[in-house]
Amino acid sequence: MATTETMTINMGPQHPSTHGVLQLVLELDGEIVRKAVPHIGFLHRGTEKIAEYRTYHQVLPLTDRLDYLAPMSNNLGYVLAVEKLLGITDAIPERAKVVRVLLAELTRIKSHLVWIATHALDIGAMTVFLYAFRERERIMDIYEKISGARMTSNYFRVGGLSVDLPEGIEKEIRDFADDMPGCLETYEGLLTGNKIWQKRTVGVGIIEAKDAIDVGLSGSSLRGSGVDWDLRRDNPYSGYETYDFDVVTRPEGDTFARYKVRLDEMRQSCRIIRQALDRLAPGPILADEPRICLPPKKKVVNSIEGLIHHFKIISEGFKPEPGEIYQAIEAPKGELGYYLISDGSPRPFRMKIRPPSFVNLQALPQMVEGRLLADVIAIIGTLDIVLGEIDR
Amino acid sequence: MSEQAVAKLKEKFSASVLDVVEYRGETTLVVKKEDIVSVCIFAKEQLGYNFLSDLCGVDHLGRSPRFMVVYNLYNIGAKTRLRLKVPVEESDAQVATVTGVWSTANWHERETWDLFGIRFEGHPDLRRILLSEDWQGHPLRKDYPLQGPDRQPYQGRLS
Repeated sequence: MATTETMTINMGPQHPSTHGVLQLVLELDGEIVRKAVPHIGFLHRGTEKIAEYRTYHQVLPLTDRLDYLAPMSNNLGYVLAVEKLLGITDAIPERAKVVRVLLAELTRIKSHLVWIATHALDIGAMTVFLYAFRERERIMDIYEKISGARMTSNYFRVGGLSVDLPEGIEKEIRDFADDMPGCLETYEGLLTGNKIWQKRTVGVGIIEAKDAIDVGLSGSSLRGSGVDWDLRRDNPYSGYETYDFDVVTRPEGDTFARYKVRLDEMRQSCRIIRQALDRLAPGPILADEPRICLPPKKKVVNSIEGLIHHFKIISEGFKPEPGEIYQAIEAPKGELGYYLISDGSPRPFRMKIRPPSFVNLQALPQMVEGRLLADVIAIIGTLDIVLGEIDR
Repeated sequence: MSEQAVAKLKEKFSASVLDVVEYRGETTLVVKKEDIVSVCIFAKEQLGYNFLSDLCGVDHLGRSPRFMVVYNLYNIGAKTRLRLKVPVEESDAQVATVTGVWSTANWHERETWDLFGIRFEGHPDLRRILLSEDWQGHPLRKDYPLQGPDRQPYQGRLS
């Protein structure tokens, strides 16, 4: 009499389709997955512990490296959190707010381009990967002209921006925002009506709205299950309440729905970028808070107050009052939250980062149960996880 | 809107609420650790806080009680936030789990166990998540050295 038993295989941390160092231990019954257990922690670098030994300015480059595909988003979340802790949220100048929104939306497009490229590549559509990365190169050129680095930009500062936008960058961003909808049509033409894509994504990885909220899913993955929640519209920050954009949701809750939601989000981001470019006006880029924001170099060299402020801010740092806050933003992957506790010293007493991918990955075992092994790849792709954020 | 929620909580659990703090527009309630599950169930079902944004631990070395477990809640319908804090003694470092209330607490509590050493009674699968299974110690505690237990400390100036 033949007996069957399940087979446990390891989809190891080194794998081309796991979007980073993620280990999945799968219990398979033939091709059907009975149980999936994710193991993480291979990229744990101790960001939260290090942050307790650095001043608030020195922590900023650490945040670049969390979700390394959307670095300006992480920067924005951290900078908003520190400004909330200091109580200077209303003192941020208009130009800084507009540039922050502009770059946050550019970063959202950048992150979603990587998502569509790798998700399509895992399922087999290699052309989309190359096309999307070509667009991403344009964004990285813009990043480099603005901040000096293609990926880890470290551009925002507490109180505003570090340097002003260079000459001619507005035209480059506007050309990009005008070209982007055409490129999205190209990707849709390759994927949406494609029978293979539909067979691989429609009905795969369904999660109901109330299960999704219970397991903590946020961002595009939650909007793909029909929940109408977007932190940019509901708890706005950095002037988002003054922009005109739609929040896209789909009721089905499968991989195809999340794919359409993210594509439409990229189109809405292009809308916001055009609006931000229209309202960009000359003005100061740093708040008028000499104890917190670095003075411009001319003042440092020519006046004693500038010199003293520069010295104090760099060597000692600014000291927020004792207290704690939680600031969340709508990062491309979901709700990115920073929980900061200050004890009156120039270093954060505790910085807890609430990474969206960490919580989204928790939904993986229940989405994958009972599906085929090939669907595991599609579901990892659709959750849009990045291990730098999960492991910190 | 969250003032009404806080008022209702204080009214129902007047014995358990130790402190209420309002800072920068956010409300924090410090609750006794024995009642945290009933407070969370009330917050989720009666007050509508159906989303647990974050669950973490904080180490106040030198203060008694030493640890705090912090629950950041969010109401998706009303779009308001609330924070609950639970003081935990070092000698009795355990809290009841809230995975029965929000299943997202599962991995957050595993991370708090991993990095702080606070146990969660009733947790379905309490084991280390970010560090390897055989790691000794709980790194995010303030008395754990930054460079690790078996290396010389950094001699230079950090800032």
